[in-house]
Amino acid sequence: MNVTQTDQQINTRLAHDHLLGLEGYSSEEIELVLSTARRFREVLYRPIRKVPTLRGITVVNLFFEASTRTRISFELAEKRLSADTVNFSTSGSSVLKGETLKDTVQNIEAMKIDMVVVRHRSPGAAHFLTQCVSSTIINAGDGAHEHPTQALLDLLTISDRFGYVEGLNVTIIGDIMHSRVARSNIHGLTTLGANITLCGPPSLLPVEVESLTDRDNVHVTSNLDEALEGCDVAMALRIQLERQGSNRLPSLREYHEQFGIKMSNMNQHKDLVIMHPGPVNRGVELASEVVDHERAVILDQVTNGVAVRMAILFLLSGHADVDQT
Amino acid sequence: MEQSDVIKAQLMDERDLDRTLDRMARQIVETFAIDDLGPVNVGLIGMQLRGVYLARRLRKKILEVEKVDIPLGVLDATMYRDDFRLRLKQPVVRETQIDFDITERHLVLIDDVLFTGRTTRAALDALMDIGRPASVKFLVIVDRGLRELPIRADFVGRKVPTLPGEEIRVRLCEVDDQEGVWLVESGLNTERET
Repeated sequence: MNVTQTDQQINTRLAHDHLLGLEGYSSEEIELVLSTARRFREVLYRPIRKVPTLRGITVVNLFFEASTRTRISFELAEKRLSADTVNFSTSGSSVLKGETLKDTVQNIEAMKIDMVVVRHRSPGAAHFLTQCVSSTIINAGDGAHEHPTQALLDLLTISDRFGYVEGLNVTIIGDIMHSRVARSNIHGLTTLGANITLCGPPSLLPVEVESLTDRDNVHVTSNLDEALEGCDVAMALRIQLERQGSNRLPSLREYHEQFGIKMSNMNQHKDLVIMHPGPVNRGVELASEVVDHERAVILDQVTNGVAVRMAILFLLSGHADVDQT
Repeated sequence: MEQSDVIKAQLMDERDLDRTLDRMARQIVETFAIDDLGPVNVGLIGMQLRGVYLARRLRKKILEVEKVDIPLGVLDATMYRDDFRLRLKQPVVRETQIDFDITERHLVLIDDVLFTGRTTRAALDALMDIGRPASVKFLVIVDRGLRELPIRADFVGRKVPTLPGEEIRVRLCEVDDQEGVWLVESGLNTERET
């Protein structure tokens, strides 16, 4: 006797032992994460926002780079699942005494932990850790490489808003070159069948961007009006103010004029949905009224971030133990 | 059935199952004196996956006979299980949706098979985190014995003593392409239906 088709569709498991990036994740795996995240999101609305799922699992949050939202989101996700958490940030640690990343992690693992959430300024740092330790590694952002949980929460937000992802036109606007958010989203969105337009100043569009995906549904432009034409979702990226004056970025005012989403864009495109990974520079990537617009789903993204991270922790923790038994 | 299943006996066919549910619907009405208490004080909780469909059928039967519409919630206890990391198969987390306040309400928790009692334990823990019910009664179609925890059902469709290695398969037309209850010998003991 066969189980129903919907059962079969969700009866898969992650083929990966770690979450290093969305590159290589199949659409089935991404859908499994999203459907699991929807279940865990419901926990956030219960009177007691905590389930015992990861009791006995110890997660170390290793943040070698500043982060507010992602770190808090991971920590809340871990606490909602009853995992034990340890936080590590560079300031006040042995890293300042010259300890290498490998030694730091091997020492922490020797204290018996199960999972490591890592953010590091070097691309490939998460992948490197998988070679050093046997714990499950979750990438919370490695340099300009990938930020997979951000892309997963974006996919969940889009998928819930429209009911599907395939065939949607998504425009990513801003500093594509330095953006791990853009990179992960390009992998995730194309895997689920969305069409992508990348829009930004020519100096911030990486030369290799066309080859970032071998599929031909990625389009590049430096004209915002062209990028918003027929667009369902506009995802504005944070302009990294620290990069201003590096000759790659025009003045902020000029950037807002050319690439900022303004009320005129919202009025012209009546169904356009606005997303932003945060933190928003009001009046730069988005006009202040656009941030507060009813079609801006920025706070939904934040809520979904906790749910997606709960799902990832759950799905990967199951893996770790299965492999040992 | 699962591919590796060897059928040993069919325990119930479609009509048997329907009669059993008729009886259980009457038992629920009788236990709670539903015409006095009304739907405000009672709630049905169907456990994922097949308990949900059983709960829907019971609700419909009670509505037809007693003209009382009892609220129905859906519960998935996967997040509360103690063994999900030990199993070969990654469990699927399904929906939990209870749109009414369970506090001070008399609940009937509904599942297809009672085996070790571990799922029931998980479901009770999940319910207690959602609210504080006045009472919880437990309804199953088949009690197959072999309990590992001190848990019992209040309403039992049929008691079927089984051996380890045997499985009870309750199949419902809403999710399966067959309807009925079977006793099978499971070739691969991957998924225990508790």
